[in-house]
Amino acid sequence: MSIDAPIVIVGTGLSGYSLAREIRKQDKDVAIVMVTADDGFSYSKPMLSTGFTKGKEADELAQATSAAMVEQLNIELRTHTTVTGIDTAGHVLHLGDERLAYGKLVLAWGADVIRLPLAGDGQEHVFSINDLMDYRAFRKALAGKRRVAIMGAGLIGCEFANDLHNGGFEVDVIAPSDTVMPGLMPAVAADAVRDALAELGVRFHLETVVERIARDGDGVRLTLANGESLAADLVISAIGLRPRTGLAEAAGIATARGIVVNRALETSAADVYALGDCAEVDGHVLLYVLPLMACARALAKSLTGERTEVSYGTMPVMVKTPCCPVAVCPPPVAASGEWDAERTGNSVRALFRDGSGQVLGFAVTGDFAVEKQALAREVPPLHG
Amino acid sequence: MKKWQCVVCGWIYDEAEGWPEDGIEPGTRWEDVPDDWVCPDCGVGKEDFEMIEIS
Repeated sequence: MSIDAPIVIVGTGLSGYSLAREIRKQDKDVAIVMVTADDGFSYSKPMLSTGFTKGKEADELAQATSAAMVEQLNIELRTHTTVTGIDTAGHVLHLGDERLAYGKLVLAWGADVIRLPLAGDGQEHVFSINDLMDYRAFRKALAGKRRVAIMGAGLIGCEFANDLHNGGFEVDVIAPSDTVMPGLMPAVAADAVRDALAELGVRFHLETVVERIARDGDGVRLTLANGESLAADLVISAIGLRPRTGLAEAAGIATARGIVVNRALETSAADVYALGDCAEVDGHVLLYVLPLMACARALAKSLTGERTEVSYGTMPVMVKTPCCPVAVCPPPVAASGEWDAERTGNSVRALFRDGSGQVLGFAVTGDFAVEKQALAREVPPLHG
Repeated sequence: MKKWQCVVCGWIYDEAEGWPEDGIEPGTRWEDVPDDWVCPDCGVGKEDFEMIEIS
């Protein structure tokens, strides 16, 4: 390895660009090479479910072009470039036939959408939206269409349901759970979001799944396991994300649910780091904005000289459902305690307290969502 | 008076308008906004805002 080999960051999503921005706050000159399989536009993935509400086209949700990022961050940027292998012993990245030496390597390549095999000949009408290029394709396909079916009632499914409704579309949501966003918040809060969306006109088909998607005229017909059948022009598959680990695993880097890193974002391989949606940080896989911003700040310091461990504070998740805004801070998995909730209309304040009355988690919706900041101050940080 | 933009979601804090919803009076300069204040739209902290030119 050459001492002059650059910091190489794989991925130009929110994690990759945030890291580069933080590195530049510490060091204006260190060589940074960024590699991305897409076009390198800077955008914030959480914003992809807000286009219609904000009245923005796909490219208006992008914050900067790749050329602007090169200039702004003083980086070398390799767009439309796919990493095919990592030689951790040689400190070399394989880009097809090309070899790129690194001094430090950062994996910030995100998560893959989970796809389910579906029967039927209507697959080309099914979209997954995992990045700006996916979103562009989806918006293009939506032109002149009216009905969208969403598979999945998680955070992304709910946000898209609200946003597409705001865009004037008819929306059906199909999911196996008995309410929305299972696992993220207690049912009383989730029910309020479901009810608020239903009041808008979103049609829910819960406790069932899509079995078949068949062409039907210009659109498709979905057959559900419960015997229902519904028509749509386009289908969004939003059933979940899985950290990308394949290339790391192939390189002998330890992986579990994500690429395993400690609080200094160090993988099991020397000089290889990971952050964002691909990383399992100190046992936590948190596919949200606040954790990755905290990681970017810590890692930037480590990469520029001072080894720094990330310290997760209290990190509420905002769910962008304008009809019923939500902030949720799930209690630690192992915490013992009870949820206590009040609901007025679609406004819910649910608090998770331990035996001593200490608040360890919360979910607030509707009018109570404004209390998120005050509540976040009560909850102990993840890394105390 | 300056404006500051959230790098994550693009939300803009305008010093002239403050953010009364969180008790920040109109005219509050950025450095006087509490350090634990977070973006109303996406929840990131003050350090994830950047100053933008007034258009």
